Amino acid sequence: MDILLTLSIPLLCACLFAFWGDRPWVPRANAFATFLLFLSSLALAADVAKEHRVFALSGQLFSDPLNIIFIILTGLISTTTAIYSVGYIRFEEERGRFGAGRLRLYHSMFQMVVFSMLLGLLSNNLGLLWVALETATLSNAFLISIYRTPKSIEAAWKYFVLLGVGIAQAFFGLILLYFASERELGSGGNALLWTQLDFVKVHLNPMVLSLSFVFFFVGLGTKVGLVPLHGWLPDAHAEGPTPASAILSGLLLNVALYAILRIKVLADAAIKWPMAGDILLVFGFLTVVVAVFSLWKRNDVKRLFSYSSIEHMGIAAIGFGIGGEAATLAALLHLTFHSLTKSSLFFLVGTASQWCQTQKINEIRGLLVHSPFWGWALIVAGCAILGVPPFGLFASEFLLFKALVHANPWLAAVLMICLSVAFGVILKRVLEMVAGEKAPPGPVPVLSKAPVLIHLVLVAVLGIGIPSFIWNWYQGTAHYLWGSL
Amino acid sequence: MSHPLEQSLIELLGGLLLLTVFAMLSIRRIFSMIRIFVLQGLILSASTFIVGLVSGEKHLLFQAFITFFLKVVVLPFLLFRLVQRLRLRGDVEVVLNVPVTMVTGIFVVIFSYAVASPLSQMAMTVSRGLIGVGLATVLLSFLVILTRRKAVTQVLGLLSLENGLLFSATNATYGMPMIVELGVALDVLVGTLLFGVFFFQIRESFENLDLERLERTWED
Repeated sequence: MDILLTLSIPLLCACLFAFWGDRPWVPRANAFATFLLFLSSLALAADVAKEHRVFALSGQLFSDPLNIIFIILTGLISTTTAIYSVGYIRFEEERGRFGAGRLRLYHSMFQMVVFSMLLGLLSNNLGLLWVALETATLSNAFLISIYRTPKSIEAAWKYFVLLGVGIAQAFFGLILLYFASERELGSGGNALLWTQLDFVKVHLNPMVLSLSFVFFFVGLGTKVGLVPLHGWLPDAHAEGPTPASAILSGLLLNVALYAILRIKVLADAAIKWPMAGDILLVFGFLTVVVAVFSLWKRNDVKRLFSYSSIEHMGIAAIGFGIGGEAATLAALLHLTFHSLTKSSLFFLVGTASQWCQTQKINEIRGLLVHSPFWGWALIVAGCAILGVPPFGLFASEFLLFKALVHANPWLAAVLMICLSVAFGVILKRVLEMVAGEKAPPGPVPVLSKAPVLIHLVLVAVLGIGIPSFIWNWYQGTAHYLWGSL
Repeated sequence: MSHPLEQSLIELLGGLLLLTVFAMLSIRRIFSMIRIFVLQGLILSASTFIVGLVSGEKHLLFQAFITFFLKVVVLPFLLFRLVQRLRLRGDVEVVLNVPVTMVTGIFVVIFSYAVASPLSQMAMTVSRGLIGVGLATVLLSFLVILTRRKAVTQVLGLLSLENGLLFSATNATYGMPMIVELGVALDVLVGTLLFGVFFFQIRESFENLDLERLERTWED
């Protein structure tokens, strides 16, 4: 029941806003609807806590301890993003960049992206998961190209073609998975249900599953932004509207990594040696190294932080790649904290670039003079994303290092060097932006302070002392993923 | 197998499908490329139909009908109209020259057969020999996207990629479950509408659908 409620809120809103998205009350209604969505995701979490697995639509949709983490995160971050978007939209309207048609498209597609992410997370049928990811790609392409500037159209085109090719590879993986599962589960709709596959995963043909995992990894890895198929990600972040960047970095990348994780659980059991983990480990490292060295000399602030997103996705992939309960726990925590921190960073730099009317770092100056809250928040968020204690990312990176040193000390050293480079580059850039005597013009949106504050306080509180029920939940999830092996 | 005629027909159609992708790789005119795409849709729906008849899987017949409607009627109509409205004509620029692409294509086919041969031995379908053709179509369409710089031809590459996927699904497992097939069809339709919108936007901003031009606008 709660599953269907959670899905129907954004779908209904997407339809409504397609017609009335330009009315003055819509930005607030958008925020209110996502808040309702957040509440219903909490209700769903209560169900999952009671029953472990909740099903809907004759088993096609389900919720379990793993996906509920991402569902709550989606509910929370889409709420804060929608609150932020109220101020963002007002500013853009005043500058004349958003007409009635664009407002309708923007609000409708915002809800559509949220809907497709939730559908992807909730689907038990892996085919449905694929369809949801494709829908997310299509609706997000609309958001990226919303300004209709040559660059944004090119970014959306690149996104569309690269992800179209990627997702097609994932579909071939899906065909192979169905091919393997058909002989265990019989043909028909049940052969792609994850919970069914989970029962028979040990009996699936190892050769077919390893091929299938490779195809899935190429396809979904494109969506996660893993090197070498990360080319679309910085463009998409830099050219789209800021709320879209926050959703993309904070949520959509997670959904794709979540999908890889689901396939990996099946592949690990079937293949019996850690091929899937090794692939994730190798490409995770490659991603971190390439992303960190691409941070160098970035002069576009959203592009800078999108490379940092690639880096953090690489770190999470390393965590899942190492395997075992401790590393999986660290990677799950890392994804959660990264989502919260990165979306607040996009809120901060998005508004700063609205004031300065540019995204170029060397032209954004004087944020501390203009608004002390904004300047300090940017410094704090910058430190949080770099893993400075006491913020959450410090805790998750520490746990991950502990697991990595056990597995392979040399790789831990390489990772340490990469993180130090990222630390130097990003901190320097952030301090440059907040310093300066001359304050840029532009009003400080009061309402937009709330989402930033919520995210940063959450990351700090969870980093200092994570409440035991959340900790137990994450540990239980890591055990759920690995315990059955 | 008890259906020698049908089986050789399916194999013939598989060979023809592979030929159409090679044609896409070598042809330079946009109109001819769309015609080839129509032919590809026709081959795909015919082969799905025959596999459906032989295996007795009803949903394959239904899927053959959807494929025919979408790939032979709706999409070509949209594409032809789009090309006429945008007054596109002339040749497609290719990144690699045609002979090199062709030779690469042959290696891709050999590779696909190597990957698919263990699968073919395990499969229980009538048309199990054709899994390699499906994979080759997917990878060759990828090559089409890589070697073409015009937006329309990249879209044709994507659509042909999707044809390859459907063909593989039909031959390896008699198609995917219904809910997945419907979702895919919906996404393809929405995607094509999106291309249309994009084409006009690109046209407005660049006077030209050549993507190589666009890439020079990036500096950062």
